[in-house]
Amino acid sequence: MTAATLDATVIQSPLKRALRRLARRRGALVGLAIVLVFVVLAIGADVFSPYDPTATDWMAVRKGPSAAHWFGTDEIGRDVLSRVIHGARASLMAGLISVCLALGLGIPIGMIAGYAGGFVDGLLMRLTDAMLACPFLILAIALAAFLGPSLANAMIAIGLSATPIFIRLTRAQVQAVKVEDFVEAARAVGNPPWRIALRHILPNIVPALMVQGTLTIAAAIIAEASLSFLGLGQQPPAPSWGSMLNTAKNFLTQAPWMAVWPGISIFLVVLSFNLVGDGLRDALDPRHRG
Amino acid sequence: MLRFLVRRFAVMVPTVIFVSMIIFGLQQLLPGDPATALAGEERDPEVIAHIRAKYHLDDPVPMRYLRWVGGVVQGDFGESIRIQQPVSQLILEKLPVTVELALLSMLVALLIGIPMGILSAVKNGKVADYAANAVALWGLSTPNFWLGIMLILLFSVELGWLPASGYVPPSEDLWGNLKAMIMPAFVLGNAIAAVMMRHTRAAMLQVLSSDYIRTARAKGLVERVVIFKHGFRNAAVPVITLGALEFGQLLSGAVLTEQVFSIPGFGKLIVDAVFNRDYAVVQGVVLCTATAYLMLNLLADIAYVLVNPRLRA
Amino acid sequence: MLRTATAVGLSLLLTLGTAQAQTLRFGLAEDPDALDPTMGRTFVGRIVFSAMCDKLVDITPDLKVVPQLATEWTWSDDGKVLTMKLRPNVVFHDGEKFDAAAAKFSLERHLTMAGSQRRGEISAIKQIDAVDDLTIRMTLAAPFAPLMAQLTDRAGMMVSPKAAQALGDKFATAPVCAGPFKFVERVAQDRIVVEKFEQYWNKDAIKLKRIEFRPFTDNAVKLANLKAGQLDIIERLAATDVAEVKKDPKLKFASIVELGYQGITINTNNGDKAKSPIGQSEKVREAFELALDRQAIVQVVFNGEYQAGNQWLSPSNPNYDKAFPIPKRDVAKARALLKEAGVANPVVNLMTPTTGEQQQLAQVIQAMTKEAGFDVRIQATEFASSLNLAEKGDFEAYLLAWSGRTDPDGNLYNFVACKGPLNYGKYCKPEVDALLDQSRTTTDIEARRKAWNGVAKATLADRPVVYLYHRKWLWAATAKLSGFTEYPDGLVRFANMTLN
Repeated sequence: MTAATLDATVIQSPLKRALRRLARRRGALVGLAIVLVFVVLAIGADVFSPYDPTATDWMAVRKGPSAAHWFGTDEIGRDVLSRVIHGARASLMAGLISVCLALGLGIPIGMIAGYAGGFVDGLLMRLTDAMLACPFLILAIALAAFLGPSLANAMIAIGLSATPIFIRLTRAQVQAVKVEDFVEAARAVGNPPWRIALRHILPNIVPALMVQGTLTIAAAIIAEASLSFLGLGQQPPAPSWGSMLNTAKNFLTQAPWMAVWPGISIFLVVLSFNLVGDGLRDALDPRHRG
Repeated sequence: MLRFLVRRFAVMVPTVIFVSMIIFGLQQLLPGDPATALAGEERDPEVIAHIRAKYHLDDPVPMRYLRWVGGVVQGDFGESIRIQQPVSQLILEKLPVTVELALLSMLVALLIGIPMGILSAVKNGKVADYAANAVALWGLSTPNFWLGIMLILLFSVELGWLPASGYVPPSEDLWGNLKAMIMPAFVLGNAIAAVMMRHTRAAMLQVLSSDYIRTARAKGLVERVVIFKHGFRNAAVPVITLGALEFGQLLSGAVLTEQVFSIPGFGKLIVDAVFNRDYAVVQGVVLCTATAYLMLNLLADIAYVLVNPRLRA
Repeated sequence: MLRTATAVGLSLLLTLGTAQAQTLRFGLAEDPDALDPTMGRTFVGRIVFSAMCDKLVDITPDLKVVPQLATEWTWSDDGKVLTMKLRPNVVFHDGEKFDAAAAKFSLERHLTMAGSQRRGEISAIKQIDAVDDLTIRMTLAAPFAPLMAQLTDRAGMMVSPKAAQALGDKFATAPVCAGPFKFVERVAQDRIVVEKFEQYWNKDAIKLKRIEFRPFTDNAVKLANLKAGQLDIIERLAATDVAEVKKDPKLKFASIVELGYQGITINTNNGDKAKSPIGQSEKVREAFELALDRQAIVQVVFNGEYQAGNQWLSPSNPNYDKAFPIPKRDVAKARALLKEAGVANPVVNLMTPTTGEQQQLAQVIQAMTKEAGFDVRIQATEFASSLNLAEKGDFEAYLLAWSGRTDPDGNLYNFVACKGPLNYGKYCKPEVDALLDQSRTTTDIEARRKAWNGVAKATLADRPVVYLYHRKWLWAATAKLSGFTEYPDGLVRFANMTLN
């Protein structure tokens, strides 16, 4: 057996254990199932939706649910069901990709700041503070001006504006953990800083990040709605749940079904991500004895 | 502790300068030009030339930056191109409103979020846990503008219990002020409560499974003491960080909520200013909220140190 | 719990009931800009001015010019001198007398103040003389027929010379005019308050004591506030809410067709972006127009509340040219035209405002023209950016609304004359310019109509602008309000309005 495969088994086994633990959490499984359903819907949107989500029907504008249109039709006669299914694509992407971007930037910067301390910490935190202090909209509009409005640029804007939260959170957690006895012990036996950071600190800060991450997915899905509102998100006629909700608010009393379905979808996805987040938190927590 | 404070204040100065540069620079990147945006439907070239000259829009960027900073240092934040009022007057008008709304929202968030978070952690995996989660996530997954309009339709249009808008300063009519603020504060607080609840829950679960809690329990301490004295105290660190961050974001304006309830705060002011390219207003307001925000961060850091004395070293 | 809540609700209703007597709470669609008639440039600002500032002349709902601060007027035979008799015994809100000197001052302020938005509207005036205490004479460089119409709006508003001199360019912070209501206070983005001016020349017609203007940018919120009793009247109700308002016994509804239009400006001649199929080929533009069903657009997007149109004036305007009716939709012919032009599937990048209604409109246009083979791509662009792109010629087609002017020239000249400042596509035909000049230099309406007919013949075939529809001004008010009259300029005349 080579060293490489040996390493692989060592790394794999805690993951397997975690997955096994995850499988015991009923809530997490339900959440995972719902997320998967939406992911499948998003990927196979063209197969599942009964109509073209952009096809308009002048004869059926803002009509309630019927046999032909299960979820009713929208303000220019498009099938709401088809738009909800296609909207899953934009909304899930807006949620997941922007949060991945924020995590990818936030965790390393936060860890460096928290672990290194001193001048490096000071500089990074000034940057973070300055970024946090600039309102989201200004950042988003400036970005859109540079790159042109699109869903991708909206995700970049959302991701960047969520990054400082992860930096601050990671740093705070690292500062709290690095004075714990087990980190001191690891340092005492001569572990290099990167190894301490990855093996001892990271696992301990994952729970808080996981929770914030799943929450931020929800916030990101809703932030995409605000950006669509400014013309910086998903470009019409392609749907996203956020932009559907935004339009629907003008027809609340006349066509409530336009709001109900994207609303329920957002709620379900947000709830599911949080259930999964909880499950992961418990499963990954090395000190968890449950 | 004093040295810590002095150092942190000293650090704030470069950050504020940094913010002022970023915000000034970012605005230069915005497409569009205030003179065109504000020249009226006819866009008379002479009007455009006048606006450009009056607000020095043709000067090089560094010069304009220095002119602005020079004014700010003397307390002059410039003039709104759109409504031709001094920016400092606009800020003074809106600041108390925004601060009040932020405070009330945080109050709502803490009152809902923390008890529910603790409850949910203590009853981990039980019905109460799931119920608390579902309620909190409902708050999080409902866009503010949406919840706001629903509340107006219910409490103002249908029942007629609360005014749909009509902010009055508390000094004029405290009761009237609160009536106008209840719904917006609830809408904003509700969303933050979810975040608070989730973090409290996560932190509590982590703390409750740690060795010293088991030690405390082993010592036979009453469960209430274990949970609040030993548990929550340690769980408070991430909750404080996030509380400060959320509060800071409330200060830079809860745009959509302010719009729905017609609350005359920073959010509406700044968004309109961005769209009208009313540079002086954007700069003045952002500088003001950024400074307030940095102060809050400082307070959060102090709170860390108080809660977790080991960091003082 | 429920009982106390109801008690609170009741007491609230009672207090509201007494406080609002004869105070009109007016919901505006946005926050006005500077409250100075010389500097103001927004439509909402004009609504506030109509409470504060009287004009030399006003219009009737059917666009006839009638006296306001000027009681009678005469034109010289060559159309170059306008003499106006002013109303006696009129004072400004600060007690200053309104006379020929004050009128001269106001007009000269409009003409000469740095940054004046009015200069372009009345730049035809070369000299103003106070003939006697109550007579003023304006001398024009050349005959300019639209002048009277300009004097019915902000250019005809009179301000107190004393206050204007004292405040200079800060006049907007405390405007002093000669209208029925005087300025009390303004809190930016919250409220503008005016109260009845007891020395107003026509004070008996003014029944309201006070008006509070409050901005609401969201349509749904504005309507909810009216229904909840926080407002008494709202302007620019959403077309899709009309049915709901009509159903509500506690509300009143009023509407009138606007003076402006909604259209698509096509870049035919401004830079590289004019090199698109739709910019280069008249056939493609014709196909585009034939692919549109204007009636269906109005029906789908605006519940049929607006009026379909194909000219710069609405079909109900007396100056609409009946020789050019709205063309019927003809997808087959559109396809054939595209085939002739050699582009079966032309791409059209349509720059669109980010508002919900306009996005909806763009999507309907996209779907309709797709049937003829067009590939319309919607480019949502926020307003300030879109203006810059439009001026640089960095657009192919621009979905744009114009608020309209009383004189038809105001809807036409600036958009299709070679040097028109709003002619973003740089459309330029010397013969069109000649006709436009002809229409401006005569006050004879038949002669003007003949010139406009020529303009229509050329521009409706060249299509630098594809006109789509005309909005209606839609108001909703509490049933307690009476005495409200609709005017096609969308402004409000507060005389005779009462709350019962």
